Amino acid sequence: MPTLTIPVEEKEIKKPLEQEALITGAEAIAIACKLANVDVVTAYPIRPYDTVMQYISQLVADGEMDCEYIVAEGEHSQFEIVKHASACGARVFCGSSGVGWMYAMEALTVTPALRIPMIAMVGNRALDDPGAFGVEHNDALAVRDLGWMLTWVDSAQEALDTALIAYRVAEDHRMFVPLAISCDGAFLTHSQALVQIPSQEQVNKFLPRYNRGDLLLHPDNVISVAPQANEDWVTEIRRQNYAVTEIACDVIREVYADFEKTFGRKYGNPFFEEYMTEDAEVVLLGMGTISTPVRVAIRKMREEGKKVGFVRLRWFRPFAGPEIAKCLERFKAIGVIDRDFSFGSPNLSGVVATEVRSAMYTGSKTRPPVIGFIGGLGGREITVPDVEKTAEIVFDAAKGNAQPLTQWIGLRG
Amino acid sequence: MGKLFAVEVIYRGVFQKNLAKNITRDIVLAAHNQGKLGVSFGRYGDAPERNGIPAKSFAIVADDEQTLEAGMAQYEPKQLDLTVVLDDTLCKGAESWAWYGLQPVHQALKPGHTLIVISRDDAPALLKNIHRREQPYKLGIIKGITSFSGMWVYKDDHTDVRVLGAIAKVLPEVMTFESVEKFINEKLKSSLKVTSARNAFDRFTSIDVKAGEGNPEDLFKFDLPRWEDMRCGVSIKGQSQGGAFADPVTGEVGGFRPARNELFKKYSTRTQRPVVNFSTCSKCTLCWLNCPDAAFDVTIAGTYDTNLTACCGCGICEEICPVKDCITMVNESEFHDNNSQWAAFETDKDAYLKWLESTIEKAEPIEKRSHGFRYRGQYKEQVPEALEVAKKG
Repeated sequence: MPTLTIPVEEKEIKKPLEQEALITGAEAIAIACKLANVDVVTAYPIRPYDTVMQYISQLVADGEMDCEYIVAEGEHSQFEIVKHASACGARVFCGSSGVGWMYAMEALTVTPALRIPMIAMVGNRALDDPGAFGVEHNDALAVRDLGWMLTWVDSAQEALDTALIAYRVAEDHRMFVPLAISCDGAFLTHSQALVQIPSQEQVNKFLPRYNRGDLLLHPDNVISVAPQANEDWVTEIRRQNYAVTEIACDVIREVYADFEKTFGRKYGNPFFEEYMTEDAEVVLLGMGTISTPVRVAIRKMREEGKKVGFVRLRWFRPFAGPEIAKCLERFKAIGVIDRDFSFGSPNLSGVVATEVRSAMYTGSKTRPPVIGFIGGLGGREITVPDVEKTAEIVFDAAKGNAQPLTQWIGLRG
Repeated sequence: MGKLFAVEVIYRGVFQKNLAKNITRDIVLAAHNQGKLGVSFGRYGDAPERNGIPAKSFAIVADDEQTLEAGMAQYEPKQLDLTVVLDDTLCKGAESWAWYGLQPVHQALKPGHTLIVISRDDAPALLKNIHRREQPYKLGIIKGITSFSGMWVYKDDHTDVRVLGAIAKVLPEVMTFESVEKFINEKLKSSLKVTSARNAFDRFTSIDVKAGEGNPEDLFKFDLPRWEDMRCGVSIKGQSQGGAFADPVTGEVGGFRPARNELFKKYSTRTQRPVVNFSTCSKCTLCWLNCPDAAFDVTIAGTYDTNLTACCGCGICEEICPVKDCITMVNESEFHDNNSQWAAFETDKDAYLKWLESTIEKAEPIEKRSHGFRYRGQYKEQVPEALEVAKKG
C-alpha cells in the first residue's frame, strides 16, 4: 500500500518500568500497551477483562502513559470508537469479556472488512445467562469466521510478549486485520506471576509506527469508507480478506523470528507448543491455561511409563491446519479438550476438536481417532486427576477400542 | 520434585481485599529475595465480593518452575502450610472455591501446621468458634484490631508487615526475616514498618491445639445436584410467601416468618449482630421493613426477632430504629450460636435484660462503623489506636 506522511510529535518516555515484576496477565497486557505507545484506549467494565482497563487507567493517571482513555457507555460504542480512531491513524487497544464482547458484535464484524488492525484483549468468560464470571472460550470464538486473528496465551509473560507481537502482526501492511488475545478469566487475568518486562528501547526497535497509508481517514486523503454495497461488490471484498488469510501464517512466522532476535525469548513454533511429544503414543490438545494441570498430569503419567504428550494451540486464527495435521498424524490417538461448546456440531464436539478433525481429514496421512472432550466451562477447574482420566480414555481409543467421540469432563451426573 | 509451600489468607470480602492481596504478593516478593519463584492469586467469584463474605487469597512458592507449576495446577491449594485469618469472626467458618456452605477455617491446613489469627481475644475465646478437627495444629494470635483495608480505602496500620514478620517466624523456609526486611526496605521503603515486622517476629508464639479440641458444631453444607436433576432454562424455584409460625417457647401459632432460602445462607458475612430490647420496642415495624434480607420474624406478640440464620450484619436496623438503645449492633465474636433472642426473652425476661446489658457492654457497641463492618477504617484517628494495640501485643 502506498504510504502517506503524517506529522506526529514524539512522545516522551516516562518512568522506565521495572525489569521484573509480579503481575497478572491483564496487567502484563496493560504494560505492553504502554510500551507499544498506544494512542487510544476505550474501556467498558466487565469482569474479568476490566482489570486491564483499570491498570491502564492507573498508568494514565500516574502520568506513565499518554493516551486518550475513553470510557464508553457500552461495549458497542467502545469498539466503534476504537474502530474509528484506528481509521484515523491511532494505534488502539480495546477489550471485553463474555456478553460484553457479544454486545459489541456489530462493531466486531466490520473491523476485518474495513482493515482495522485493532488489538483486543478478551478475558474469556462464560456467556451468560447463566451468569458465571469464569472462563469459557465461546466469547472470542464467536468471531472466528469473520476475519479476526485469534490467539490464546497461558502465562502473564506470554500475554505481554504476544501483545507486542500482536501489534506488529496486525499492523503489517499485508495484514491489517484485528487481533484478539484471549486470556482465561481468573486463572490468567487475576493471578500474579513473575514477568520479565522488556525495555522501551527494545520495543521501539521491534514496533514500527502504525502507518495506515492510503487507508488513512484524513482531510488530505480524500476517501470514503464503508459506503453501501450490493451483490456486485461483496464477493470481491470478502476475497480481499481471504488473501490475508493465505499469507497470515508466513507473517506470523516472520514476526516471531524477529521477536526472538530482539528480545531473546524463544517461542519456537508460533502456532503451537509441544510438550513431551517426542516419543508419545497419544497426545492431548488444548488452548490456554489448561496447560498447567495438563503438564503436571503428563509428568506424573510419564513417571508411570505412560507415553503421553500435550500440544498447546496458540493461534486459532489463522488455524495452521497443515502443520497441525503433520504434527498429529504420528500419534495413535488424540484427545482435544475444548473449553467451549458447539451445540449441534458434527459429532457434537467442541469447536477445536471439530477444526482439528477437519485439518486432519485433508492434511494427515493417517486417520487416528480424535476424541473430543468438553470441560472446564464457566471457570470450573480441570484438575490433574481429570486430565489423567482423559488420557486413559485416549489410550483406550489408541488400542482400537470404540470411544464416544465427544465426552464431558468433570460433569455432575 | 522440590517442596511447594502454600499460604492462605482468609479475609472479609471487599473490606480487606487489598490487605489480603498485599500480604500474598509480599510473601512472593520476599521469598523471591532468596531465589524462590512464586505466584499469588485470589479466589475469583464475586468480584467485587459481597461485603464481608469470607474470601481467600493465596501465595504459593517453590524453588523451581516444575514444582511451582504443580502447585498452580489446582486453583485452590488443597494442602496449606499456613493459614492467616485477618478477621477473627471468620473463625466461625469460611467458604471454599465453587462450593457452598461453610468449612472450618483450618480445612486444608496440614496437620501440625499453624493457624494465625488477628484478634484481641485469647486462644480459649477463639477456640469457642474454631471448629475441632481430627488432627492437631498450632494456633498463634497476632494482637490487633481487625483492619479495614479494602477496595476503596486502606488502613495502613502495619497489619501487612506484622503478618510477614509472624510468617517468617513460623515458616523461615518460605522467607527468612532478612528477606522480609529486604523486601520492606526496597519495596515499601519504611523503616517503621521494618520495626513493626521485627516486633511481630520476636513476639509471635503459638499454642498446640489437640485433635478434637474446639467448637463441636457440625457445619452447614449440601450436595450440588446432577445435571439431569436440575430444572432447565436456567430457572430455579422461587420462595413461597411464608406465614404464621409456632412461637419457639409457647408453641402458639401466629406472627409471620418469611420463607427463606434453604440453601443460600448469608450469615457468614457477619462481623456484628443486632441485639434487641423487646421491652422497649415500640413495634413501629421500621426494622422489619428496612431489613434488606427480610431477617426479622414478626413474633406473635408483634415484636421483631432477628433470625440469625438470615441476618448478614449490615446494621440498617440499628440505624433506622427510632427507640434509643432498642437495637444495638455488637461484636459477632461474642456469640457462639444463632439462637432466637425472643425465645430467651420469653423464657426469662429479667435474665434476658441483664444479659442484654452486659452483652452490650462487653461486645463493644459499634459507634463508628461503615458498610456493615465492625470497625471503621483508614481514618487517621484510628491508625494510632490500632498501632497502640499492636505495640502492646
